Amino acid sequence: MKLITLAGPPSSGKTSVALKVLRQLQDEGVKAGVVKFDCLASQDGKRYRAAGFPALTGLAGNTCPDHFFVNNIEDCAAWGREQGLDLLVSESAGLCNRCAPHVRSLYACCVLDNLAGVDTPRKIGPMLKTADLVVITKGDIVSQAEREVFAHRVRQVNGKARILFANGITGQGTWEVARLWNEAPQDQELTGGRLRFSLPSAVCSYCFGQTRIGRDYQRGVIRRMDMEAAERA
Amino acid sequence: MPEPRTATLPDDPASIEFFRVNGLPDPTPGMDLAAYWDSLPWQQRDLGGWTADSLAEGLAAFVAARHIAARQPAALRSLDILPGRAKDGSPEAHTLHLVPGEVVCIVGPTGSGKSRLLADIECLAQGDTPSRRRVLVDGSAPDPQWRFSGEARLVAQITQNMNFVMDLAVADFLHLHAESRALEDADEAVRRVLDAAVAMAGEPFGADTPLTQLSGGQSRALMIADAALLSPKPVVLIDEIENAGVDRGRALNLFVEKGKIVLLSTHDPLLALSGHRRLVIRNGAVARVIEASPAERECAQRLARFDRSLAGLREALRRGEPLDEAWSRLRF
Repeated sequence: MKLITLAGPPSSGKTSVALKVLRQLQDEGVKAGVVKFDCLASQDGKRYRAAGFPALTGLAGNTCPDHFFVNNIEDCAAWGREQGLDLLVSESAGLCNRCAPHVRSLYACCVLDNLAGVDTPRKIGPMLKTADLVVITKGDIVSQAEREVFAHRVRQVNGKARILFANGITGQGTWEVARLWNEAPQDQELTGGRLRFSLPSAVCSYCFGQTRIGRDYQRGVIRRMDMEAAERA
Repeated sequence: MPEPRTATLPDDPASIEFFRVNGLPDPTPGMDLAAYWDSLPWQQRDLGGWTADSLAEGLAAFVAARHIAARQPAALRSLDILPGRAKDGSPEAHTLHLVPGEVVCIVGPTGSGKSRLLADIECLAQGDTPSRRRVLVDGSAPDPQWRFSGEARLVAQITQNMNFVMDLAVADFLHLHAESRALEDADEAVRRVLDAAVAMAGEPFGADTPLTQLSGGQSRALMIADAALLSPKPVVLIDEIENAGVDRGRALNLFVEKGKIVLLSTHDPLLALSGHRRLVIRNGAVARVIEASPAERECAQRLARFDRSLAGLREALRRGEPLDEAWSRLRF
């Protein structure tokens, strides 16, 4: 199974892009599923399931969603393998710009939208800076000049990523994204792997700078997802 | 890879900009990164969100972006669109060969496949889109990597749904665009775009006008002037700009003068006749290629007169004059 981390600010178009990309891969015979990490509420699980993709929803509640992500991603990956998935997308909203759910051995995708403003790429942090692929959405409603300036600002903070433009509504540009997602590394071991960026802030081992994944490394306030409830949420 | 920490920090204004946008003090000339890092107050080192490595990486990315921006795309010699198939699976009849400075119009009812054709060109389709068309650049299949790089894309797009959303004055915004292209003389580039845009728009606007306060016609004029003069893209796709109140003849001339290949989806007779050729799209395929006949060109000249008269009426309305007076002065 391939596992991809997909992150981006709220309402940047992550789910719409993912739906278009996954539908193309589905047509090519790829069995794809999604785990959606969010804070308080999310309807995206329903959108994915309505489109025929098995989906989990993990709500972080009072804890930081990126910490919640790293405490639960192994179980989600195990769920994906049980479902017989070829590709699992871990989608999470980057809410505070401080952290990133990207893992060193996994393909990392960041979605940004052109409406966010030219200074946004400089504000976002590791979610954007450490991504392998940056997908810029909503290009159909801003000027060509703004698209070029925005892409340049993204390039200024991430010298290595591929930058692509995609439209989550019409699907324009998602063919290219599908090709790249489909080339993501296969069967990467999560346990013992490392986050690309540390997530310090408050109450668990990751708050103190831990970057290793695995139950042995997790201390403090750890909330595990209820997988049965997550499948229905 | 992070730059070696012992390398001297660049001290050109464009690199100093990196420190400024990140709220960091300017480095002293001749300083290396290790010395710079040590010179920062501990609060900044501990709590500022940077490490010495991430700072080196950030600076490298920032400087590299300028080199990428300065790289001029190779001049395009031709674009070929090899036939695909119609929605019913029947083969498309026409191969299209487009060269710089050419304006090709695309006509056909809604849903006929005009947008598909524009999208095929935009993504440099290689027989892998629903139309199965293939696009050749300078006579051969483009480097597959081009398709996976937004920056390497050949196409600029202008549609009637596009608006300026940035909260900036016109000149400030054009400066940003010129900077993102790493142009030598940004002021001159900005002035040229602004002059061309004002000449095209029905109503004048200034360098200080906020982008978001431009009228529909003014913003369309600015988008066109910017795409022609500042954007590096050699191909321009235009979708339905007829109702914008822009001097359309001047707009097309600007693209032609700059050697752009223009594909224009339109139902405006004046625009459709101003192209060198027009493609009739039906059922997902190019059904006909029409070159303007002498009779059609005569038609176009009369249409241009009507258009000028209509513009005169609009101008009279704007000035608050009774229309009958203006009408009697104009030739219909």
